[in-house]
Amino acid sequence: MSHSVFPLRPDLAAIAAHVAPGSRVLDIGCGDGALMAELQSVSGCDARGMELDGALVERCVARGLSVVQGDANVDLAEYPDKAFDYAILSQTLQTATRPDLILDELLRVGRRAFVSFPNFAHWRTRTALLFGGRMPVTRALPVSWYETQNIHHVTVEDFRDLARIKGATIERAWFFANEQQIGAPAANWRAEFAVFELSR
Amino acid sequence: MNTAPASTVYAIPHSLPLDSGQAIEGAQIAYQTYGTLAPDASNAVLVCHALTGDQYLASPHPITGKPGWWERMVGPGKPIDTDRHFVICANVIGSCMGSSGPASFAPDGQPYAMRFPVITVRDMVRALVALLDGLGIERLHAVVGGSMGGMQALSLAANWPERAARVLVIASTARHSAQNIAFHEVGRQAIMADPAWNEGDYYATEAKPDNGLAVARMAAHITYLSEAGLTEKFGRRMQDREAKGFGFDAEFQVESYLRYQGSGFTRRFDANSYLYITRAMDYFDLAEEHGGKLANAFAGTQARFCLISFDTDWLYPTAESRHIVHALNAAGAKVSFVELCAAHGHDSFLLEHEQLDRVVKGFIE
Repeated sequence: MSHSVFPLRPDLAAIAAHVAPGSRVLDIGCGDGALMAELQSVSGCDARGMELDGALVERCVARGLSVVQGDANVDLAEYPDKAFDYAILSQTLQTATRPDLILDELLRVGRRAFVSFPNFAHWRTRTALLFGGRMPVTRALPVSWYETQNIHHVTVEDFRDLARIKGATIERAWFFANEQQIGAPAANWRAEFAVFELSR
Repeated sequence: MNTAPASTVYAIPHSLPLDSGQAIEGAQIAYQTYGTLAPDASNAVLVCHALTGDQYLASPHPITGKPGWWERMVGPGKPIDTDRHFVICANVIGSCMGSSGPASFAPDGQPYAMRFPVITVRDMVRALVALLDGLGIERLHAVVGGSMGGMQALSLAANWPERAARVLVIASTARHSAQNIAFHEVGRQAIMADPAWNEGDYYATEAKPDNGLAVARMAAHITYLSEAGLTEKFGRRMQDREAKGFGFDAEFQVESYLRYQGSGFTRRFDANSYLYITRAMDYFDLAEEHGGKLANAFAGTQARFCLISFDTDWLYPTAESRHIVHALNAAGAKVSFVELCAAHGHDSFLLEHEQLDRVVKGFIE
C-alpha cells in the first residue's frame, strides 16, 4: 500500500488521531484516500470510501483502497444501519444538497460521526463581507461564489444548532486556524475550520 | 471446430453435476496458462472469457491467427503481469474451442448436438473450479472477467467464496434483463431459422448454419458498440460507391462492417455453442440462486471486489454494476467501484483504455 508522503490536512489528522484502532470506517468524500490510507496502515482500520470524482476513485483503487464512486446525497441509503463504527464527512457537508439529511445518514450508518467544515463565521469572512460587501474569497474559502461547490455555508454555531435539532450529541470538537489547532473559546470567530465528533 | 491445437486439455475425473439436474460424464476443459505458478500456488489469476471468447487470452488464436483477445491487458509488465502471476484462461463448457460442448462427441461416438445438456453460468464455473482442483490451486489471487466473464467471476465469488481473494468484474451484470434476453432470442432465432441448422444436427454435413450464425453475430455486435461510436466510425458513409445504388448490397460502410463481422465469426464459432451459451447467460440471475436477495449471494465473503462499468455501455449499463455494489455493501464486503468514460460502449473493456489499465493493475497487485 502506497503511503502519502505529505502530512495529512489538520482536520484529517485530528480525525485520524481520534478514530479507535481496528474500527470499521466509512470516509464519505474520501478524495485521494489520504485519510483512509492512514487509518488502514497506522490504526489497522477497515476503511471504506465514497467519492464522486471518478479520477480520484481510480487513484484510490490503484493504491489498494476500497472506494465506491457514488454521491453521498443518494448512495448512503444503500448501507445498513450502524454498518460502521465511524462515518466521516470531511469538508463535504457544505457541498451537500441537504446537509441535514446527510447528517441523519451519517448517524444512521455510523455509531459515531466525524464532520469537518470551513467556518463561515471566521473573522476574515465576516470582515470581507462587512467591509467589502461581497461574498468572501479567503484562504479557507478560496473559490468565487459563482463557481464554488460550497452551496450551504455553515458556521460553528449553526452546526451546533443542527446537531441539537437532530438529537445528536457532540462528543468532542476541534478547531483550526492557520493550520494550527486553537482552543474552543470564541471558536465561531477564530476558527477557519472545525471538526466535530457526534453520536446519537 | 473441435480441434483447437496448442491448448492443454484437462479431463474432469468425476461426473460434472449441472443445475438442470443432469450431469456430464468425462467433461473436458481446454485451457491456456501464462507465467509460472508459485510453489505455494498463491499467485494464480483466473481470467474468465465472454460469450464468444476463448482460452486464447494472451497468445495467438489458432484459427484466426489474431493476437489473444486481451493481450493488451495480460502479459509481462502488463496490468495483469505474467512475470508475477500465473494466469489461467479456460474455454467454458458449452463452447467450441476444445472444452466439452454440443460439437463434442457424446459417449455414443456421435456429436452431442442438441443432446448436450442445457448449462448455466454456475455450471461453467463448476467446471472451472474442477480445473482449479486439478491444477492444485486452492485459492486464486484473483478471478477476473468482463461481460459474461464477469458473471462467472461473480458466480465463483458467490458459490465458492473461499476460492478467490479478489474479484474483478468489468462491464457485467448480476442478471440478464428482458432486453438482454430479447437480443439473444433474435440471435437464436436467426440460427434456428437457417435451414442448414437442421435441428442442430449439421456436424456431418457440408452445409453449416453460417448465415443464421452471422446474423446472430451482427445483431449482437450492435449491442457491444455505442451509437456515438458507430457514428464516429461510419456515419452514413457509403462503401466503395459515391451514390445510392437503389439495391440491397452493403451500400453503407456500417452494413459492410457488420457483414464482415458476421462472416468472420462463423469461421471460428459453432452455431449450437452460440445457442447454449446465450441460453446460459439468459438464465443468469445471481439473486434468484440465493433466495431472491443479491446481498445473500455475498453474505460473509472475505474477498475484495472491484467493479468497473463504462458510461456508454447500454448492454450492461452502470446501473447494473451499481446494483451489485449495493448488494456487496449491504453484505459488508470490501468493494470498489468506478464508472469509466469510454466512447465505444460495452466493448470498451477490450479496447485501449489507460484508466482501465491503472484500475486493473492497482486492484490486482
